[in-house]
Amino acid sequence: MALQNNPSSGVSGATPPLIELRDVTCGYGGRTILEGVNLKLERGHVLALIGTSGGGKTTILRLLGRQIRPTHGQVLFDGQDLAPLSLDELYAVRRRLGLLFQFGALFTDLSVFENVAFPLREHTQLPESMIRDLVLMKLNAVGLRGARDLMPSEVSGGMARRVALARAIALDPEVVLYDEPFAGLDPISLGVAARLIRDLNDALGLTSVIVSHDLHETFGIADRVAMVANGRVVAQGTPAELQASEDPLVRQFVRAEPDGPVHFHQPALPVNEDFGVSA
Amino acid sequence: MNALVKFLARVGAATRGELAETGGGARLFVQLILRSGTALRRFRLVSDQVFFLGNRSLSIIGVSGLFVGFVLALQGYYTLQRYGSAEAVGLLVALSLVRELGPVVTALLFAGRAGTSLTAEIGLMKAGEQLTAMEMMAVDPVRRVLAPRFLGGIIAMPLLAGVFSAVGVIGGWLVGVVLIGIDAGAFWSQMQGGVDVFADVGNGVVKSLVFGITVTFVALLQGYTCKPTPEGVSQATTRTVVVSSLAVLALDFVLTAMMFSI
Repeated sequence: MALQNNPSSGVSGATPPLIELRDVTCGYGGRTILEGVNLKLERGHVLALIGTSGGGKTTILRLLGRQIRPTHGQVLFDGQDLAPLSLDELYAVRRRLGLLFQFGALFTDLSVFENVAFPLREHTQLPESMIRDLVLMKLNAVGLRGARDLMPSEVSGGMARRVALARAIALDPEVVLYDEPFAGLDPISLGVAARLIRDLNDALGLTSVIVSHDLHETFGIADRVAMVANGRVVAQGTPAELQASEDPLVRQFVRAEPDGPVHFHQPALPVNEDFGVSA
Repeated sequence: MNALVKFLARVGAATRGELAETGGGARLFVQLILRSGTALRRFRLVSDQVFFLGNRSLSIIGVSGLFVGFVLALQGYYTLQRYGSAEAVGLLVALSLVRELGPVVTALLFAGRAGTSLTAEIGLMKAGEQLTAMEMMAVDPVRRVLAPRFLGGIIAMPLLAGVFSAVGVIGGWLVGVVLIGIDAGAFWSQMQGGVDVFADVGNGVVKSLVFGITVTFVALLQGYTCKPTPEGVSQATTRTVVVSSLAVLALDFVLTAMMFSI
């Protein structure tokens, strides 16, 4: 079982992986967030990144859109290293990429319709009637065709995220990145969101990366799962493989045990010393 | 010794920080100018901003202009009647407004009314990850968000200064002619004879253009570089008013001195 961090694991095929992280190290101002991460994602797959908070999942997502650059190693998109690209070349790559922000990041001064139309208006010269049809199709795909005239302040958190999803797929990207798509959703919205991610991935021929804490929903829709902790990919494989893993850290995480390799207490002075009592 | 090294290090770090900030500001200014061309091609975005920044400031500019005109006429009459030339009140009001008070007071009000809302808007867009979202959609926020606002501010400011001066002159007429009873013919003819289109009105327009660039740029810079938190946005809004007001007053002295020497 290829569970450990092994770059050669994963599906081997004739086509190169769409996204690949090669020995990536990354940090902000002296603090290392990721260290020696190797990750591959095949076309058409849904990859879930799970792991403890602050473990580096979101950093991986930010590397994929080159919001930040690795200090060492390469991030490859369709075989192309992102780091040396000029701004214009980077924007060409980003047009093939959709990013769903945790809270949607809708433009608050534009209606739902105009939010979804925004990338179309910016990047195409399509006539108004075609923009209307495209926007309504995308909104229909997320079930919000009826909410087109609402302002972002008038929709719920779950709806805002679906609008953002419609906006992210407006230009038919090849890859959609989801940052915590399930955080703070009620059970119904959560199920809807999970189903949507899988269905859109298959119907539109996308490749998806999900960052999430929600194991139940994530395991239900992912093809592959990578667990990130302490800046490393500690395990990757199919959801079933991870659930069956004997690795203590993976076990603690998957079974939600309060204590294990990840301790309940922050490192601190011994209790008696801190409270000033002699043992 | 150690304290001295620490002190020097702190001074050095602060200087470097200031220099980096200035450099960042200068870069944004150049970017704004270079990317204003694209904004001009989509003039709808600019005209929307002229509406937001200009029309919505009209009431405060109009009311302030009226009262400034009132006060100018009263104070002017008080001084001029000592020399028996109370009819020159019209000229005094018009020259003060067109050369000085119109551009300067409008710029200060514009900083408080439109500058703060620009800073807060950009700062909150940043805090809500809207600018990042735009970048991730391969849309440059400087081109799409900042440049139209920059041009809108530059267009709105001279227009507002013109409204301010015009309303101020009417205020001067109300107090001078209607209230005090100065001869209306003398009031208007002295004004007509004494105000030069290029030396007075032209200089005023140049001033208001420069102030428009200054206030709008400061507001955009503060919003674009603020910390994306509630405190960060509130501090940036305050800084917009402080920095742009001081800049306007300092630039006003420089411009006036230059215009005198020409």
